[in-house]
Amino acid sequence: MIEAKIHFFPKEPLVALVGNPNSGKTSLFNLLTGGKQKVANYAGVTIERKEGKLNLGNHSLRILDLPGVYSLYPRSLDEEITCNVLLGRATGEKKPDLVLCVLDATNLRRSLRLVLAVKRMGLPCIVVVNMMDIANKRGIEIDLSQLEQELHMPIVESIGIQTKGDKAVREKLISYDFKTYFSTLNSTTDVSDHQPIEVDNIVVQAILQRMGLDKVMADPISDRFDRILLHPVLGLIILFSVLFFIFQAVFSWAEYPKEIIEAGTDFLSKFIANLIPEGWLQSLLVHGIIAGLGGVLVFLPQILILFFFILLLEESGYLPRAAYLLDRLMGSVGLSGRSFIPLLSSFACAIPGIMATRTISNARDRLVTILIAPLMTCSARLPVYALLIGAFIPARKIAFGIELQGFVLFALYGVGILGAMVVAWLLKKILSSQKAFHPLMMELPNYHMPSCKNIAIGLWQRTIIFLQRVGGTILLLTIALWFLASYPNPPLGAIGPAIEYSYAGILGKALAVVFAPIGFNWEISIALVPGLAAREVVVSSLATVYAIAGQASSAEEALTPILQQGWSLATALSLLVWFVFAPQCLSTIAVVKRETGGYKIPMIMLTYLFSLAYLASFITYQFALYFGLS
Amino acid sequence: MRLDQLSINVTQRVKKVNPFTLMPEIEHQLAEIGFIPGEKVTVLRKNFFGGDPLMIRIGLSTFALRKQEAELIEVEDLQDND
Repeated sequence: MIEAKIHFFPKEPLVALVGNPNSGKTSLFNLLTGGKQKVANYAGVTIERKEGKLNLGNHSLRILDLPGVYSLYPRSLDEEITCNVLLGRATGEKKPDLVLCVLDATNLRRSLRLVLAVKRMGLPCIVVVNMMDIANKRGIEIDLSQLEQELHMPIVESIGIQTKGDKAVREKLISYDFKTYFSTLNSTTDVSDHQPIEVDNIVVQAILQRMGLDKVMADPISDRFDRILLHPVLGLIILFSVLFFIFQAVFSWAEYPKEIIEAGTDFLSKFIANLIPEGWLQSLLVHGIIAGLGGVLVFLPQILILFFFILLLEESGYLPRAAYLLDRLMGSVGLSGRSFIPLLSSFACAIPGIMATRTISNARDRLVTILIAPLMTCSARLPVYALLIGAFIPARKIAFGIELQGFVLFALYGVGILGAMVVAWLLKKILSSQKAFHPLMMELPNYHMPSCKNIAIGLWQRTIIFLQRVGGTILLLTIALWFLASYPNPPLGAIGPAIEYSYAGILGKALAVVFAPIGFNWEISIALVPGLAAREVVVSSLATVYAIAGQASSAEEALTPILQQGWSLATALSLLVWFVFAPQCLSTIAVVKRETGGYKIPMIMLTYLFSLAYLASFITYQFALYFGLS
Repeated sequence: MRLDQLSINVTQRVKKVNPFTLMPEIEHQLAEIGFIPGEKVTVLRKNFFGGDPLMIRIGLSTFALRKQEAELIEVEDLQDND
């Protein structure tokens, strides 16, 4: 029997946003939907799908933000999604009832080519001329009614970065009659009906000529900025200063919010310890859940500070310029600047980074980028670094007011990057092909003033994702570890902490034999196991292990002093180095398997990362011992 | 002349984009981002020694291209109506 898949869609009309990359589409989407957004993936593919709700008083609409595209030829995966959604062919999506085609008022030439392609699809469409404020400032005067006549399509203007900048769009949508269009919605247009880009371009050129817009010049302000920011020497100095400042800020700005979270966790565990009588339930709640989750939650401020800067650089248009500056450096190890953005995303998390490698058209470049992405220090490792640096690296200033702790963090990121460069260089030697082509083809958009609202929404989405992880994977693993560390109970008359007799203790001691040459004790060894599922869990696991082991008189006692007493500096350094290279969480491996279509690449990745981590930690530990840091 | 041979800040127009046999899709991708016959093109910036990557103004957009990509693009002098 064949089961037909039936999809039920919400009754609200679906409005899809289509536009060029950097046309301010996402800003407009944020304006229209506010905080009411859902971020997920398109069915079957890993491209981010953003949907939001727009309330228009007596009715509401579903707004879908489609991936930014230059044309509607389904070449890349992004374009395929956009085309399929517009044609009503995407799995799990209904055909949009209306398309909002977002134009960049400062670059009508390119935007209009896309409008013509969308128009051919035959869907009802409203053209939104966005960034009107910037166009006006630069003296570009667009006669909207004339454009309306030229295109035979309804046109509204918008200012995506201004509150109420979407007023005209809202008004148009309120008066828009969706019902009449439902009946006429029966387009037969197919994508196979290709129109060469050249033909569209001639049409666009003629329209612009008639409107007196064919002599528009590019943004002079961006060019002036670029003279400094893209200077081959000065530009690189600025780039590295910016990155350095970010890492300093991650530590120094987070101090205060961190203390608040710690105080909150402390209060909660004391409160529960008083409320619930001593026993397994109190142990689970206080030693397991609160100690574990609190230990991870405390790093939320640092993660948010890092993302704040990434979003700021992205919004301002600086990020692709950083890729441009680094292209030559990447070229020396056989990659292109294209690999920079996936690698930069990997600093947040390797998973979106590995997915972003799809934009790399050279298969070899893509494979190398995937293999080195885990060497970029992801934010999940930040808690581990922050804990160890906080405990073992003194908080003092070295020269020029630079914080030593921030410097060490910067150095750890640096070691990861250096490792990645070496691995890429080696892979280049092994996989070298005769005539390699490493396309860059990357847009350098005009500089923009970042909008607070967009950054706030971005940070809010990060917070939700982080909290979902804390409440999901991390909670489950913490409970599992608590169980393993608490049972079986020690035999009667046993000496030493109870945890040494538990499953976790037995396993940890077995692993410790393997890890002894690199200075890991059994507590670390056991914490590494759940750490394979999610990096941050190592911190919560250490908190749980030490809490149950009773070395802390109570779980609420912070982990830092315990580590300071229990570990040598050599062990701490070795563990820090381990985390620079050690394999990523299981989800990363799973994504690599999916993206490369087999077990071969993930297996190679696991093996090389484990070997590299073990070797690097071994060298660090032995060196540290030699210099008397035991 | 090819785009990579163009001096900095000299505006010309795209004559044609040559196909690249090892990666046929390159030709189309270049067209998508605006390298279409007749479009005005300027090299804004080159890096030291030979200039990889190049910063190119095509129409009103700015793109970073590598020399390999720029070599595929043939340019010619502007015409009277440009």
